Amino acid sequence: MKARHPALLLLAAILLPQFAYAARISELTETGLAERAVRFFTLQDPSLRFALVGSILLGISCGLMGAFLVVRKLALMSDALSHAVLPGVALGFLWNMTKDPVAIFIGATVAGLLGAGLVQAIRNTTRQKEDAALGFVLASFFAVGVCLVTMIQNLPGGNKSGLDKFMFGQAAALGPGDVMLLGGVTILAVVIVLAFYKEFLVTSFDAAFAISVGIPARVFHYVLMVLLAFAIVSSLQAVGVVLVSAMLVIPAAAAYLLTDRLGMMLVLSAIFGVTTGAVGAFFSYVGRNLPTGPLMVLAATAVFLAALLLGPRHGVLSRWWRHRSRSARIGRENMLKVMYHVLEEEGFRGETVPLRDLAEARREAIEDVQVEMRSLRSHGLVTISGDGQAAVFTPDGWKRACEIVRNHRLWELYLTHAANYALDHVHEDADKIEHILGEDTVRLLEKRLNYAHRDPHGKLIPGLADIHSGGPARIHPAT
Amino acid sequence: MNQLIPAFDFHRVVIAPWTEGFAFSIWIVLMGVLVGTACGLVGNYLLLRRMALVGDAISHSILLGLIVAFLIFRHVDTPVMFAGALAAGLLTVAIIEFIHKQTRVKVDSAICIAFTSLFALGVTLVSLAESAGPVHIDADCVLYGEIALVPLEPPILWGQVALGPPSVLRMAVVTGVLIVGILCFYKELLITSFDPALAKSMGLKTGVWHYGLMTALSLVVVSAFESVGAILAVAMLIVPAMFAAQLSPCLPVRLVLTIGHAVISALLGYHLSIWLKCSAAGAMVVCGSLLFALAWAVTALRARRPVSTSEPESSGLQSAATLPG
Repeated sequence: MKARHPALLLLAAILLPQFAYAARISELTETGLAERAVRFFTLQDPSLRFALVGSILLGISCGLMGAFLVVRKLALMSDALSHAVLPGVALGFLWNMTKDPVAIFIGATVAGLLGAGLVQAIRNTTRQKEDAALGFVLASFFAVGVCLVTMIQNLPGGNKSGLDKFMFGQAAALGPGDVMLLGGVTILAVVIVLAFYKEFLVTSFDAAFAISVGIPARVFHYVLMVLLAFAIVSSLQAVGVVLVSAMLVIPAAAAYLLTDRLGMMLVLSAIFGVTTGAVGAFFSYVGRNLPTGPLMVLAATAVFLAALLLGPRHGVLSRWWRHRSRSARIGRENMLKVMYHVLEEEGFRGETVPLRDLAEARREAIEDVQVEMRSLRSHGLVTISGDGQAAVFTPDGWKRACEIVRNHRLWELYLTHAANYALDHVHEDADKIEHILGEDTVRLLEKRLNYAHRDPHGKLIPGLADIHSGGPARIHPAT
Repeated sequence: MNQLIPAFDFHRVVIAPWTEGFAFSIWIVLMGVLVGTACGLVGNYLLLRRMALVGDAISHSILLGLIVAFLIFRHVDTPVMFAGALAAGLLTVAIIEFIHKQTRVKVDSAICIAFTSLFALGVTLVSLAESAGPVHIDADCVLYGEIALVPLEPPILWGQVALGPPSVLRMAVVTGVLIVGILCFYKELLITSFDPALAKSMGLKTGVWHYGLMTALSLVVVSAFESVGAILAVAMLIVPAMFAAQLSPCLPVRLVLTIGHAVISALLGYHLSIWLKCSAAGAMVVCGSLLFALAWAVTALRARRPVSTSEPESSGLQSAATLPG
């Protein structure tokens, strides 16, 4: 993250000489879609450069703050605050009837902090629950803002105020002042987060512990709220009042799905924020007149959906896939176990297992057994011989079959001997555990059970020698 | 500043609306009262279930339902509107539940993600549709609503008699159905809101009542939507219910207080909007919020006084409907 500062400064330096020519994107002449895309990537328009740099800065500051919101379960606080700043925006505008970024910034920050204070006050002094307090601040402040904005629109010159751009955002309307403000807020956020990373980490996850080691959790909470208000207010022009909370929460939630470390989450969240900000600016530019905020949010949603579905550990698809492959493996292992049982019944005299016997043992149609056998063969566990009517273990298949049977019988023995289960209660439990016992646990069990040879039903437990013998022919017949 | 806040002219602000502009005022105030009542009644149950912000979420995402319904059917008649709103509302709840249950993301983030995404999609679709042709839904109206347009709608005729603007009539029907529904299913709603475990043990299907409430919420919000806008609809859901909850722990009293709150805030808000020449819906919410602040102050002052004057708490009969301390 540190490496990004010089790059930002460089970008700002490129922008500085362009201040004089800043034109609005909406003033562009009619051009084709492809041409606009080319213009976007060649950064021909100065206003586009502002929009892009602004969106990128916004992505960083919102991403960083959002990560803390998500882990502190304060996502809806951002929603309430972002609506509550509207009267402040209107008052900042009234200051001298222009969209002076600094006046609006101050007004909106004050309104946002008032809102946060009011939420706290309602929670502390009434029986109202947090959701009601947040909703109240959100709605009543917004109503005051709506009244003020409509009053301003009645004033001479108020109609062209461009205050409506604060609703859904228009990155194209970002001016040099807005970008400098965004840059300042972003740098402040990055510096404070880097400087107090440890404190923020501890207070976010275990406030009680933080207090016990002498970290003023309350102070850091307020610092975070102030930074949050800054991030919201500086992003208003680009994303709009209604959707700032999305830019805070969605990239951070996507990052939350991908990692368990806060540091990594902050980095990912900032990266997602930057990406979605840039993509939103791009589409807003290419499809003229489209408000930027919603497009950024849609880009962020796409990132979140991708993380939701494809995330390696917590993704829905990957979890489904893991579950599916695990049940497939269990199915194969159960088949191996049945093959072992069939061979065992015959005292390991032959190597081939007729599919008919398997079907009988599993009480299935022979066609089903054939289907499953093909799956086993494709995994290199069996070979099929005798024009498709019989199966033979490969060394790998034999090894796995022995392991499964050993796990099953060891566990039965453990349950009856060490855990005092009744003999007729142990089978189901062993059926489940046999697929997941690891080698270390097996060693422990064997030791605990004095390297017993027979399970509680009197059947032989396959030993290491059997497992590594490569096939049933070399096993000594059960006695 | 003088331009911003016009001088308070008693005749212009208080008298004239009812003597000269009666036909105009009555529909606006009536609409305000109906919206406040319907939203407030549903809001009471939302508050009990700690779902105030789910109401916020649904009232935002309804925009998507409306625009999709419009793009499919190319008109916004009442049934189409209701169908779109209902679909959007239930979709929102389903998405929130999915994210919350299937992933490690907490419910507050899930709410935020669900409604901002759907709302953003709705706004984008509206912008795209606007560039293709006239759309009856416009993104600004979503935010502010324009209750002052209500009296200008062509009235619905019944024979020769003009009944009133369609949106007021629709809101009246929805409010009426809602009140009848609450009266009929009072007990079920009460139990499933207060004690889902008890409700289950009594054989009530909590899921059905949950989604039923969400359905009512979607229909109420979509009827209120055009006149007050999405975000002020949230205010109408939460503020009256909070006002009532501040004053009474007893649900039936709360429901009645909600209606009173709706009437007072609509009247005061209308006059405030005439005085300040601002959005009427916004002014109604501001007045409603001030009423809550008043109730808050009263309860805070009362709490400071010695306890001796306070009456004994609820009797056995009442306790079924009384909030736990």
